[in-house]
Amino acid sequence: MHGFANPARFLRIARWLMPLCMGVGLATAALALGWGLILAPAERLQGETVRIMYLHVPSAWLGMAGWMGIAGASFTELVWRHPLSAIAARACAVPGAVFTAVCLVTGSLWGRPAWGTWWVWDGRLTSMLVLLFLYFGWMALAQASESSDGGENRAPAIFGLVGAVNIPIIHYSVIWWNSQHQPPSITMGKSAMSGDFLIPLLAATLGFTLIFAGVVLARMRAILANQQAEARLRRKAFSEVEF
Amino acid sequence: MAVKAKHQRLILLVVALVVLIGAGLLAAWALRNQASYFYVPSDIVARPPEPGRAVRLGGMVEKGSLKTAADGVTIAFVVQDGKAKVPVTFRGIVPSLFVEGSGVVAEGRMGTDGIFVADNLLAKHDENYVPREMQDMTKDQAKQVVAETQ
Repeated sequence: MHGFANPARFLRIARWLMPLCMGVGLATAALALGWGLILAPAERLQGETVRIMYLHVPSAWLGMAGWMGIAGASFTELVWRHPLSAIAARACAVPGAVFTAVCLVTGSLWGRPAWGTWWVWDGRLTSMLVLLFLYFGWMALAQASESSDGGENRAPAIFGLVGAVNIPIIHYSVIWWNSQHQPPSITMGKSAMSGDFLIPLLAATLGFTLIFAGVVLARMRAILANQQAEARLRRKAFSEVEF
Repeated sequence: MAVKAKHQRLILLVVALVVLIGAGLLAAWALRNQASYFYVPSDIVARPPEPGRAVRLGGMVEKGSLKTAADGVTIAFVVQDGKAKVPVTFRGIVPSLFVEGSGVVAEGRMGTDGIFVADNLLAKHDENYVPREMQDMTKDQAKQVVAETQ
């Protein structure tokens, strides 16, 4: 654990892991989407509209996973002050917010034919919209903290942990409360979904998750490179003043 | 023995997280009735809302209860949740997934005669996903097929 927190060692691993995640992820996601959108059967009641699921479900998972990444990195930041944890949290924010937005948009497009409405204020939809706003707030706070001298990571870390309370609320919203949204089809070890849908869905989820991991690694490398470039400029500026 | 600073932070943070999650769960538990999107028929029967107040009623459309009135656009059906039943009338276009035996959320108000008058119907689909090839099977047969494919 502590070994991976070393930026030099991280960069050595990320150099080959990032293209690997990206390549395998793009190939898997493309195959899974082709399977889901063309080969998989139509659903008994919903017909062809069920195909939105192959984008909607992975996006929902990654929107939540992105915040879990922020929360995990925030925890290590607050306890161990690892040099990479604040960078990892910042790297998760944008892809997490993008997938949350994709989940909301595809869900709305699916809701119109399936339910007869673009949007309802039920527990699941509302808590997912709150997650998107939490991302916006977190990114603004992280940006503001970064521009303060030296970089203050504690405030976004606390926000990241407190915001994680929303994740179980999103998950259980359809179980605790009557909702327009369906309860989960896939729970620990069993599925109310025929294998014809389940297998391409799991493949798409794996593919998009690898893409997500690749994007996070790429963003971490970019943030580290940026910090190094800034440090170099600063040293140069100082040396010019002194000599 | 002096406690290391990082262990102190770890303990503090774990305690803070436990308190935070506890508070979140308590709040969600307190909200469990208010945050529901609709009432089920047994809620309506146990505590009838005053007539005219806008409420949502959700449940299953009882098989064999759907009837179209002589004017062709007014429908009447019964929403049930296995414990109680509420008769509903609706005038307008129904969503395509609205069928007998399937879920529905009706927005409207309770009439003084005990019949729920809906202004809007939303279809609610459940967690079961079954391919079209299996559509001639009954729900139980389809569930069986799904169970076998796992």
